[in-house]
Amino acid sequence: MSVKVRIPTPLRSLTAGQSVVEINGKDIGEVIDLLDKQYPGIKTRICDEENQIRRFVNIYVNEEDIRFKQGQATALKEGDEVSIIPAIAGGAGEEVGRWPA
Amino acid sequence: MAKIKGLKCRECKKEYPAEPLHVCEFCFGPLEVNYNYNEIREALSRDTITQGPKSLWRYAALLPVEGPPTVGLHGGLTPMVKADRLARALGLDALYLKNDTVNHPTLSFKDRVVAVALTRAKELGFDTVACASTGNLANSVSAHAAQAGLNCYVFIPSDLEAAKILGNLIYKPRVVAVEGNYDDVNRLCSEIASEYSWAFVNINIRPYYAEGSKTLAYETAEQLGWRSPDHVVVPIASGSLLTKIWKGLKEFEQLELIPHVKTRVSGAQAEGCSPVAEAFKVKRDFIKPVKPKTIAKSLAIGNPADGYYALKTVKETGGSIETADDPEIVDGITLLAETEGIFAETAGGVTVAVLKKLVQQGKIRKGDVTVAYITGHGLKTQEAVMQAVGEPVRIQPSLTSFEQTVKNLKRRND
Repeated sequence: MSVKVRIPTPLRSLTAGQSVVEINGKDIGEVIDLLDKQYPGIKTRICDEENQIRRFVNIYVNEEDIRFKQGQATALKEGDEVSIIPAIAGGAGEEVGRWPA
Repeated sequence: MAKIKGLKCRECKKEYPAEPLHVCEFCFGPLEVNYNYNEIREALSRDTITQGPKSLWRYAALLPVEGPPTVGLHGGLTPMVKADRLARALGLDALYLKNDTVNHPTLSFKDRVVAVALTRAKELGFDTVACASTGNLANSVSAHAAQAGLNCYVFIPSDLEAAKILGNLIYKPRVVAVEGNYDDVNRLCSEIASEYSWAFVNINIRPYYAEGSKTLAYETAEQLGWRSPDHVVVPIASGSLLTKIWKGLKEFEQLELIPHVKTRVSGAQAEGCSPVAEAFKVKRDFIKPVKPKTIAKSLAIGNPADGYYALKTVKETGGSIETADDPEIVDGITLLAETEGIFAETAGGVTVAVLKKLVQQGKIRKGDVTVAYITGHGLKTQEAVMQAVGEPVRIQPSLTSFEQTVKNLKRRND
């Protein structure tokens, strides 16, 4: 299956500046693996040590969050569009408790 | 040395310059403003605050702007209302309402964050501002952009309340109604933000923007006589407001402006969009997104960006998270109006309804000094209460007609 993958700005340094790349993969997990083959290092940016998609990364297939589908097992068909988008959290106060001397 | 050292990733601690960045390029964690607190400590005291402007800018030392404020000079410093009649109705001794329904200029707490965001956006050299919004933020960005002479694009879900749509259009921004829910709007805007050099206040300006919410905490402490309440109840949409209120209280504590903070922070969500409440209830430490279905559209964020941090804050402070369904939201709005003369939008109804539940559950004790945050004005969400408020009594312009009607009314009341 050839699918279009939209690459967010922070990862474009790994894709030679390309914002969209074409990948052949049957599901999201495979697309991530194949992306990493083509653009080494990209997987560790998207997934944590346990191979789970990082907390602040959202992945969409044709505008639908894969958490509403089958996560990394979400199947893809020819022409699907996959978007990798950072969550937009603001963060908060853990640092506040620890102050510089 | 400058007050702002730069930005820092909340997760991996990687440091960045104080630019329009919001995501750690390595781990995708959120970036936060990294302050030079030692310098702030020297410049800030209760006196310098009370002698400052009668607006949120009296706390400028703790806000992420470098120069003097240039946008939103009159926002904040809203009334802290001692709500005795509502307190009696709920069984509390000391209830206060932080009344941001009268924030300037667009009647919601968003006037705080936007004042900070647009002042910072101008410092960073932007001439165009934008936002993804459930309504209140768009209203505030539109109004402030008009006053500041900035180009403005606001993106909203297409099914928004009429008053919130009008409340954008009147200021002549480019209003883009997206066919989808807020989460769709937000995702789209993330993509647009990476293609256009605009100041998206809640995307690439978010580290600065979100800090504006801390002023609610500062005002709370100052208006209560330089102390922190025992319990606060905060509505949760993205979760940012709740976490920033906690951060603001902790900053005041660390700067020794108030004594030790023991505040429990509780959250309020609408039943029809309660991903954070759900995670709290089942003791999960991550948020599962939901498809929102609630009249509280300003809280209808199914994939709350700061949900994880809001959940963490609630747990760490010993607070709780509860939900209110649509009829309870309407009851909350009318109870607040009838007891305190404050007309809140649906988010306020959620907050009051949840406050009531937390008291009933014993999570808030009778003697707790409690502050509930009422974040937006009811005239913006009239649709929600139209069926609940009855109709005026129609009479002829004659004394007879009046007296007959009053008699009728009396009879009906007997």
